[in-house]
Amino acid sequence: MEQTTTFAQTLESVNEFEREPVPEHKLKGINSFIGMFAGEHTAGTEFVIGPLFVAHGVSAADLIGGLFFGNLLAVLSWAFITAPVAVKTRMTLYYKLEKICGPLLVKGYNIVNGVMFCFLAGSMIAVSATAVGIPFNMPMPSLGDMYPTSFIWVVVVFAVGAVITFVAMRGYEQVSHFANLAAAWMPLVFIAAALAVLPELGVQSLSDFWPIANEKIWTGIPQEGQSLFTFWHVLFFSWFCNMAMHIGMADMSIFRYAKKWQYGFSSAAGMYVGHYIAWLASGILYAVFLLKSGGSDEFAPGPVAYYAAGLAGAACVVIAGWTTANPTIYRAGLAFQSLNPRWKTWKVTLVTGLVTTLAACFPGLVMKLLDFVALYGLLLMPMGAVIIMDFYVFPRIGLKSDYAENAKIRFNLAAGVTWLGTLALCLVLNMTQGVEIFFLGLPGWFIAAAMYVVLSKIIQK
Amino acid sequence: MKTALKIISYTGLGLTIVPSLLVAAGILANTQNKTLMLVGMILWFATVPFWMGKEQ
Repeated sequence: MEQTTTFAQTLESVNEFEREPVPEHKLKGINSFIGMFAGEHTAGTEFVIGPLFVAHGVSAADLIGGLFFGNLLAVLSWAFITAPVAVKTRMTLYYKLEKICGPLLVKGYNIVNGVMFCFLAGSMIAVSATAVGIPFNMPMPSLGDMYPTSFIWVVVVFAVGAVITFVAMRGYEQVSHFANLAAAWMPLVFIAAALAVLPELGVQSLSDFWPIANEKIWTGIPQEGQSLFTFWHVLFFSWFCNMAMHIGMADMSIFRYAKKWQYGFSSAAGMYVGHYIAWLASGILYAVFLLKSGGSDEFAPGPVAYYAAGLAGAACVVIAGWTTANPTIYRAGLAFQSLNPRWKTWKVTLVTGLVTTLAACFPGLVMKLLDFVALYGLLLMPMGAVIIMDFYVFPRIGLKSDYAENAKIRFNLAAGVTWLGTLALCLVLNMTQGVEIFFLGLPGWFIAAAMYVVLSKIIQK
Repeated sequence: MKTALKIISYTGLGLTIVPSLLVAAGILANTQNKTLMLVGMILWFATVPFWMGKEQ
C-alpha cells in the first residue's frame, strides 16, 4: 500500500464496513497510517495555535518541553488506548457505541459531534478568509474581536464558505485527494517561512536562536487581555487537543484497519510534524509580525504567512484551511444525516455549510480556538471512558458488555447519565475550583469511568 | 515520463525549502526566496497529480 493514497482511501474507508468487522484482506500497512496522520495534522489550525501560544506568553523552554511531552502522551494514548480496542473489535466508534449505549444515545453523540465539526470548519473558513481578503485590503480581525468586524469580512467569509460548501456537496473524494497532494508541501512551507524570517529577529547563527527565542518569540509575557500559559498548559493542550480522537476513541474508525495495535505509534508522524514543528514555525512567524507591527493586536494568519513566504505562504493558508474545512463540513453533514437517513446528503451538507459559514463570520471562533479545541475533546471524552470500561473492566467484574444490544434497549441510561454527569461535574470543577478547561480532561476521564461502572452495577442488577 | 515528473515535483519541494536555508544563512534575500517558493509551489502542484496516488 503506497503512503500517497492513504488519506483519501482512509477517509473513504470510514464509510465501509460500518456494521461489520473489517475483514482480514482489507487491513492496511503502517505506511498508510503514517501518511494519514502526517497529512491530517498539518492543517489550517496550525496557523492559529502556534501564534496563540505566543499571544499567551508561554516561555521558550515551557513550549519546547510541554509540546514534547504532551505530544508523547498523545501518541501513547493512540497506541495504548485507541489502537488495541480498534484492532480487537475492528469496529467503528459509532457501531461500538450503538452496541453499548443504544441508537438513541448515539444520535445525541452525533449531534454534538456534528455541531463541533461545524465550529471547527467555521474557524478554518475564517482562517482562509484572512488570506483571500489580502488583495481587497480587508481590515483584519484582532485578538479581542468576537463579532464580525466589517462588511467586507462577512462578504469574503461567505464567498469562501460558499465555495467550500459547494465542493463538499459534491462529496469529498477530490478534495481529500488534493489534501493528500498538498500534505508533503505544506509542512515545508511552514518551516521555510519560519527559517526565512529568522534574520529579521536577529538570528544570524544557530547559537543566536535560543537567546532570541526567549527574548523575542516566546517571551513569557502574555499580550494584553490574554492569560499566561505555563508548561502544564502546553502539555495538557497538546495531549488533549485531539482527545476526541484518541481517549474519546473516534479513531477506532481508522485503526480498525491496522494489522497490529502497534500502528498506533504512527500518530507520532502527525504530532511531531504538525503539532510540534508547525506550531513552533507559525509562532515564529507571528513573533515577527508583532515585532514589525509594534505589538499590534491584529490576528490574521493570511497576512502573516504572506509577509514571510509571499504568495506561496498565502496559498498555504488558503489550502490548509480549505482542506481541513471541506471534509469537516462533509463529516458534519453525515453526522446530522444519521438522525434521518432519508434526508438527501447534499441538502444536509448545504444547510451544514450555511451554518458553518455563519459561525465563521465571528472571529471569536479563531481567537478562542484553544478553548474551543479543548472543549471539543472534553465533550466527547466520556464516551471513550465508557468504551474502555465496557471492553476491559466489565468482563472482569461480571457485568455485561454491549449492554444496549444484549438488553435490546435504545438508550443505556448508565451511559447517558455518565456522559452528562461527567460534563456537569467538570463544569462544577471549572466554576467552583477554577480548574481551566485544558486540565479538565484528565479528572473527567476517571470520573466518567467510575460513574459508568457504578451506574452499570446498579442498572444491570 | 513518470520519473521526469517526479524529478520536477521534488525540484518544486526543493525550491520551497532550500532557498529559505540560504536566507537564514544570509546568502539570499527573502524577496528572491518568495519568488522561488512560488515557483516551487507551481512545479509541485502542476506535476504531482500525474504520479502521486497512481503508483501501486
